[in-house]
Amino acid sequence: MKLQGRPIYKGAAAGEALVTSMGISFFGGVDPDSGIVVEKGHQLEGQSISGRVLVFPTGKGSTVGSYTLYRLKMNGRAPAAIVNAECETITAVGCIIAEIPCVDHIPIERLVTGQTLSVDGAQGTVEMRA
Amino acid sequence: MKLTAEEQRMLDGGHGRATQKAMEILVALGTIYGAAQMVPVTSVQVSGVSYDNLGEAGLHWLSAMADGGGRTRVLTTLNPAGMDIENWRALGIDEEFARNQLRVIDAFARMNVITSCTCTPYLAGHAPHFGQHIAWAESSAVCYANSVIGARTNREGGPSALAAALTGVTPEYGFHLEVQRRPAITIDVQAALSETSDFGALGVVIGQRLERFKEKPVPYLRGIERASVEQLKSFCASIATYGGAAMFHMAGVTPEADRYAPPDETIVITQADLDQAQQALTSAESVEADFVSLGCPHLSIGEIARIAALLEGRRVTKEFWITTARATKQIADQMGYTRTIEAAGAKFAADTCCVVAPIKGRFKALVTDSAKACYYAAGKNKFKTVIKPFDEVVLAALEQD
Repeated sequence: MKLQGRPIYKGAAAGEALVTSMGISFFGGVDPDSGIVVEKGHQLEGQSISGRVLVFPTGKGSTVGSYTLYRLKMNGRAPAAIVNAECETITAVGCIIAEIPCVDHIPIERLVTGQTLSVDGAQGTVEMRA
Repeated sequence: MKLTAEEQRMLDGGHGRATQKAMEILVALGTIYGAAQMVPVTSVQVSGVSYDNLGEAGLHWLSAMADGGGRTRVLTTLNPAGMDIENWRALGIDEEFARNQLRVIDAFARMNVITSCTCTPYLAGHAPHFGQHIAWAESSAVCYANSVIGARTNREGGPSALAAALTGVTPEYGFHLEVQRRPAITIDVQAALSETSDFGALGVVIGQRLERFKEKPVPYLRGIERASVEQLKSFCASIATYGGAAMFHMAGVTPEADRYAPPDETIVITQADLDQAQQALTSAESVEADFVSLGCPHLSIGEIARIAALLEGRRVTKEFWITTARATKQIADQMGYTRTIEAAGAKFAADTCCVVAPIKGRFKALVTDSAKACYYAAGKNKFKTVIKPFDEVVLAALEQD
């Protein structure tokens, strides 16, 4: 099944979904060298976002978080794609400078961790594979 | 979003990789925030200059933008760096940090950014005028430009401000639109404010009261008869830090206040509120303090003249940093203030400030007149803080243990 959202940054990628209903602060919340979520009490604490299709409602925290996404990319630890309910400046700018496909306006409550998702950033679509 | 032919050409890569990346950022932000089109800007202030905040990744991206042919199209200056570009050794900055900081400055210089590093560009040769669209990324200067000058800017981040510099445009949403500048809450100030520290405390109190709103209302202040540039810059820094505010109106003081009637919803602020805020910012006795700093936001030449008058013929007992724009310091040099201040043992730290310099662990407690400086000293650097009126801060630097 294919969900139609809004294109934020182009590029196509597929990967295993990692879904949270909590916002993510990349600066301070994700270790830029390992890609592991380190924010205390976060649903994803201790899990790696590397290579995953990272699904979360919206970004939060310091604007320096855009550079954290860039640093993850340089270290080969970035997510394959990002899917948001509502994208904001930090995540959007981070995806553009790090060249990570990004789509928002997706009903993310329909997505579950572990399923394979194909994201088309230019078309703004997310496809769930059986 | 509707783009002009030239903007579309930038987006398609016709002006090189860096300009394309810049336009991609602006189009994405315009899409997210519902802008119909881009608006030309006349002035840009870029944040994210201190290597302490940028790190290697930020430096790498800036270098890639410079290598990709990024060049400014409008007057663009920088926020404070992590050190005095000339006098970093005397301030205890290590060699490796200095080398990396200079690489950051070099990347900006290659993009034709004017590498004047200050949070008060409007005091150092970079002052927009009323009604101009600009893209500024220093939160205190954003608030000053919107409110005191009547220019129009959103609160940009480092990359989005640089993107505006390299394209000459910004998406037209938020504070670029008249409707977003309309006040939605009245702040009735029933207190006497005379010091920069009082105006800082007022920013803290208003900022905290605005926290409960999901959409931050533009405040309309009344009850303040007059305010100096120095008092307004202190207030702007504080309300931006504690309340995320990008704009306010102050009846009888700021230029757009007369356009509006005071909104019905009203918050009253009393002397007791201000006193309480100042107490909350004071977690030490000034005799315990080992660090004194004035210049958050960067000092005006009038403030430096005052420090020189107070320090004439005396000797400080604590590390005392005076932070300002290099252009302002050059006026102090010319007037002999620098000699008087340095003879007393205080140090100029031009281009930088105690918020962005890498000083974590170097001091235990800070004395300042700035509510914003207190916020970062406590949060980022884990110092205790003491807030005092300007003259008393200088006197605290002279105290014997």
